[in-house]
Amino acid sequence: MSAQNEIAIQMKEVSKIFYGKTIANDKISLDIRRGEILALLGENGSGKTTLVNMLSGIYFPDHGEIFVNGKKASIRSPRDAFALGIGMVHQHFKLIDVLTAAENIILGLPGGVTIDRKTLYGQIRDIAAKYGFDLSPEKKIYNMSVSEKQTVEIVKVLYRGADILILDEPTAVLTPQETTKLFAVLRRMKEDNKTVVIITHKLNEVMEVSDRVHILRKGRYVGTVDTKQTSVQELTEKMVGRAISLSIDRPEVADKKLKIDAHGLTCVNEEGVTTLEGVDVQLYGGEILGVAGIAGSGQKELCEAIAGLQPLTAGSIVFHGQDAQGNPKAEDIAGRPPMDRIKRGIAMSFVPEDRLGMGLVAAMDMTDNVMLRSYYRNKGPFVDRQAPRKLAQDLVERLEIVTPGVNVPVRLLSGGNVQKVLLGREIASRPQVLIVAYPVRGLDINSSYTVYSLLNEEKKKGVAVLFVGEDLDVLLQISDRIMVLCGGKLSGVVDAKTASKEQIGLMMTHVGGENAAKEDNGND
Amino acid sequence: MTEQAAAAVKQHEPWLRIVNRPVISRRKAWAIRAAAFIAAILCGALLILLLGHSPFAVYSEMIKGAVGSKISLVSTIKIAIPLLIAALSVALSFKMQFWNIGAEGQILAGGIAASYFALYWAGAMPALILFLLMCAAAAAAGALWGAIPALCKAKWNTNETLFTLMLNYVALGLIKYLQAGPWQKPGGHPQIAMFDDAARLPKIFDVHIGWIIAIVLVAVVSVFLSRSKHGFETAVVGQSPNTARYAGMHVGRVLVRTMIFAGALAGIVGFIQVSGADYTLTENTAGGVGFTAITVAWLAQLHPLAMMAVAVFIAVLEKGAGRIQTTYGIPASASDVLIGIILFFMLGCEFFIHYRLILRKGGKARG
Repeated sequence: MSAQNEIAIQMKEVSKIFYGKTIANDKISLDIRRGEILALLGENGSGKTTLVNMLSGIYFPDHGEIFVNGKKASIRSPRDAFALGIGMVHQHFKLIDVLTAAENIILGLPGGVTIDRKTLYGQIRDIAAKYGFDLSPEKKIYNMSVSEKQTVEIVKVLYRGADILILDEPTAVLTPQETTKLFAVLRRMKEDNKTVVIITHKLNEVMEVSDRVHILRKGRYVGTVDTKQTSVQELTEKMVGRAISLSIDRPEVADKKLKIDAHGLTCVNEEGVTTLEGVDVQLYGGEILGVAGIAGSGQKELCEAIAGLQPLTAGSIVFHGQDAQGNPKAEDIAGRPPMDRIKRGIAMSFVPEDRLGMGLVAAMDMTDNVMLRSYYRNKGPFVDRQAPRKLAQDLVERLEIVTPGVNVPVRLLSGGNVQKVLLGREIASRPQVLIVAYPVRGLDINSSYTVYSLLNEEKKKGVAVLFVGEDLDVLLQISDRIMVLCGGKLSGVVDAKTASKEQIGLMMTHVGGENAAKEDNGND
Repeated sequence: MTEQAAAAVKQHEPWLRIVNRPVISRRKAWAIRAAAFIAAILCGALLILLLGHSPFAVYSEMIKGAVGSKISLVSTIKIAIPLLIAALSVALSFKMQFWNIGAEGQILAGGIAASYFALYWAGAMPALILFLLMCAAAAAAGALWGAIPALCKAKWNTNETLFTLMLNYVALGLIKYLQAGPWQKPGGHPQIAMFDDAARLPKIFDVHIGWIIAIVLVAVVSVFLSRSKHGFETAVVGQSPNTARYAGMHVGRVLVRTMIFAGALAGIVGFIQVSGADYTLTENTAGGVGFTAITVAWLAQLHPLAMMAVAVFIAVLEKGAGRIQTTYGIPASASDVLIGIILFFMLGCEFFIHYRLILRKGGKARG
């Protein structure tokens, strides 16, 4: 703590320009102090990752200078960065699945032909013990959970002697409990006089763990605040550039009608692995049902099964609708392909996680992408582009989509605008059931709130909404109920008005939640 | 210190970088193509100089040989017709990102089917019916040749490139069998007899009516790709099979249907070749047209109208190259190199349309 004010890294007017015109970082000058936890805060596309990539040797600045420990540094590769004691843990892990933790840790380091595993394991255990990690060096990566893999990445960096650690969105893949653990580790590193830089856009975490916050906006450095003297509201304003309301509505809809009653949904993938196991879901009109779970717990399969894109090995999906005379009618639509459902008048919309790879055709323009959902309705062998073009223009106006025109390929649009095209099209088809997977991933705050209010509008119209999310804070605010998935099984359903983050976190890692977790610990 | 740092920057930056161009204006793209064409002509001129001739004289002789007289014009158009229709065929499959290199085999299959009626039914029915029957049979046979790899891809996800390539050899083997076996001309040589006059395509303006068929097919394919539901589905499946499935399309069905259409077009090429150009069936009936058509389709960026221009352009090159062989005694291999140089530049310039090069100093863009 004594060296709190010693400067570890200083950046002077550092710029990075892509394609000769996109300015990712514009003359950024800032410092990083030794022995602090520094948060680098900014929206998606504000240049956080680009900035740290210049510290870790992935990019080289176009202009400006970087000083490490007071000396001018030219960081040309990750190797240079390590030589200066800078280590980075990337958002997407760079580990080899079939190797053990220890093997991954020493991968790429100079050494002899043989590995002295005993010494190596000892060294790794020492590091783990020092900072409070849970890590077994002989475990293979493919047997590890996401949080364990992250631990390997961090230990890898420490093993190489880094004293400046940069973590890119480290909590994005963690449960609340794992996040708490990680933060404890980070605090111990700080006590050990290491410098920790975390990149994030989650304000609560910034408030919880950091000492200072550097804020970036649209590639520019906006300012620095001491965490103790700031508030979530102030951070948001600095990050977005103006005051913004941070609460998400949860309108009450009185008349809730059962739309989908699914039982025992089970999916087996091509490798024979069961990805979804006996999941029951009830979707009510006028309700948003949140889906929580660690990434890859069966969310994708659940959405696609209900949407009719994923073959089921077992289970039923009963759709409660109306027949031509307006009388209630229930039919099992499990296994029926999308076209068949459309013919039966079942209006279901799906905003998939992979927007450009599944929801839209990246190389086609907005008109054609809008037409994707309606072209077959036209009589005769030809398509009619007039109505879709009009709808596309409508969407541009209503959702404030930023595009040079409806004839521009959607791949050239920014992430937020792509999502608006997709969501706008799906809502325009007047669905009775709307499935959305990670609808705000990669979106800035403003676009995110547009999406939330669009979903709430649908809910008020009596649409049943299934919302798969990753941010528990958001899920707790917008959903009426939350179903939690764990390893392809339904861990439980909770009332979002009364549930806590911790409770859901436990359910994400143990089927059944708290009680099951206790039993688990008892057996250890 | 600063100079050192600047030197370090330079050391890090490679002297040449390739950067993706997100968008390019139409004018700039055409300017690049024009520049490539000029570069190709200059490079070709160098080759001609090396061979000891005047580039100006050789180029003008090429043009004269291809379009200078009525006879040469007619034979140039006769080269262009099969190229154009075959290019339409492969463009359909490429639009679907189905890497069909089997147009050659589909042409031969069509030629075989058309020849059957030409050899055994000529004179037995009115000419119009005979031609319709030959055309329909050729289209059906081509469609079959195209549908088999598509079916297998839809069912078992087989590799269409290998599959279509292999089917070329099957068709070729079939012709050799027919030549030496059931369809052998009396007289000992493994050959198929020349067609009866009744089975030879009539001419309009001294060119067999294949050119009218080609123009009609350009219009048909153009409308199919840009306006029809099937064409839209073909494009979506090509761009993203996942999105197609998501939108409720039956990906396998689209694959097979489009390949039936593509194969039928190539089959018609076989019919036109045997009935309009060669008046018989040989193992050279396709003569590489199915492969050159791939070049035509890509040079035209899969646009049917552009394919017309490109097919004529390549036919002019081929015809002109033939002329300079006889006039200047330039060996066939050298004139092939000349064509190769021109095509290399024209195809290669697409790289500069999608990417640009950045030289280290000053970071200026080129291309």
